Amino acid sequence: MTLAAFTRMRFAPQIVGFGSLLLAILAFEILIRVGLLNRFIVPMPSQIAGAFERVIFEEQIAERFYLTMKECVSAAALLAVFGVAIGTLLYKVNILRRATETWVAAAAAAPTVLMYPLFLVIFGRSALTIIMMGFVAGLPAVILKTIEGLSGTKRVLLNVGRSFKLTPWQMFWKIQFPSALPTIFTGFKLGLIFALINVVGVEFLINFGGLGQLINDLAERYDLAGTYAAICFVILVSVVFFIVVERAERWLTRAA
Amino acid sequence: MADAGRLRQAMITSPAISPVTLVRVTIIAAILLGWEALAQSGLLYRDVVPSLRSIGNAIYALLIDPQYYWNLGVTAAEVGAALAIGGISAVVVGLVLGANKFLSRAYEPYLYYLGPTPKIIFFPIMIMWFGVGPPSKVALGVLSCFFPIALSVAAGMRQIDPVLIRVGKSFRANAWQMATKVYLPAMRHPIINGIRLGLGVALIATLLAETKLSNRGIGFLIIQAYSLFDMPRMYAMLIVLFVLAIGANAVVGRLGGLDSIKRF
Repeated sequence: MTLAAFTRMRFAPQIVGFGSLLLAILAFEILIRVGLLNRFIVPMPSQIAGAFERVIFEEQIAERFYLTMKECVSAAALLAVFGVAIGTLLYKVNILRRATETWVAAAAAAPTVLMYPLFLVIFGRSALTIIMMGFVAGLPAVILKTIEGLSGTKRVLLNVGRSFKLTPWQMFWKIQFPSALPTIFTGFKLGLIFALINVVGVEFLINFGGLGQLINDLAERYDLAGTYAAICFVILVSVVFFIVVERAERWLTRAA
Repeated sequence: MADAGRLRQAMITSPAISPVTLVRVTIIAAILLGWEALAQSGLLYRDVVPSLRSIGNAIYALLIDPQYYWNLGVTAAEVGAALAIGGISAVVVGLVLGANKFLSRAYEPYLYYLGPTPKIIFFPIMIMWFGVGPPSKVALGVLSCFFPIALSVAAGMRQIDPVLIRVGKSFRANAWQMATKVYLPAMRHPIINGIRLGLGVALIATLLAETKLSNRGIGFLIIQAYSLFDMPRMYAMLIVLFVLAIGANAVVGRLGGLDSIKRF
């Protein structure tokens, strides 16, 4: 088969992408085995693969995963309640929106995760600090997207509502909110991603909780292969989480 | 003349302070008053909510402290180096992926899905590879800013007007000329937007790494204030840092929105 024919194959890009990844892993294995890379700094990929079993069974990864997810879900619940409520309030009270929308946008750009020492003082070294950090990190995205979604309701839909003489309450729940739901979910998706990043990050930084703490623990024990395996596991969890949230967003957009 | 009259009339009838400004001032005043009331009430542990006066004094002390500027310089240098290394490599990767559909389909999903992972967890690896000094912070900053910039450049590349590319090709421009005369000028906005995103994440990654393990930089000063339970100083540093971060973001954003793309 010629190169041109191969590149025209349906799954050729995926094969090349995955093949490159495998080649890179193989190259690392060879470079470490021949001594070009220091095995006390970079463990062999085969050692990392071997460490997975140990990390999963000896480090209670299921419990840690459950704890991290519990923190994420708590932050998500706070985001859904407070983010959407604040966004709706700002949409309804126009002057409040005009006064504060730039502040919310600025808060989205601020490195709020740096407040974790402050949260440690207020909430203590507990799951509440981690949940609140996740919540604060995701809040601006949910507020801004809720405002955007509610403001973007099509005029024709509003006119239909008016023609049925809907009350403001009915207008909101029957027309504006359902129409804004895909945009609100986009904001919720962003908020969830920020929340997950911050939850795992703060767990690592304060050495408390689930998966983040596992990486910190293994690194402090200088368990190189275990540290790399735990990092790979967290990456895998993040990617799966991201794919699931993205699929849910697509489904919701199609349904709307 | 009539216009001048209307303008004068508008100036007379418009209130000195707009309602929006009034609402903003009211909100700020309410927050400050509430804060001070909470500080004086003793409902929370002493110093968890310090008085406004002590925070003001701490901000003043911070701004006249030469040591603070030295540490700010360290953090700025780390973020700058991270943005330069990560930004240049990301622009190159973004250009390659954006120009080639096959390579984009082969490698871009990896960038797309690795982008939103928490980068701070790579810090133990960075310490092993680059030591406990500034290079490990720079490396973490590079890793953080690479993904948003590369994805933004690749997406921007695909949105270039095909007419511009055809014009470049009709002049028989080589790859370098195409990149410098067509692609990069046409993609200024996505590149600046990517750099804006990259700056934010590089700053966060560098500061977080400094709070974890460092003996210099703003992150180190923040965690030091936490260790000494010097709450007014911690609040002061967070306020100054937020102002600087938001300001830097606004400056980069304004650079991206100055004028529209030049059409040939």
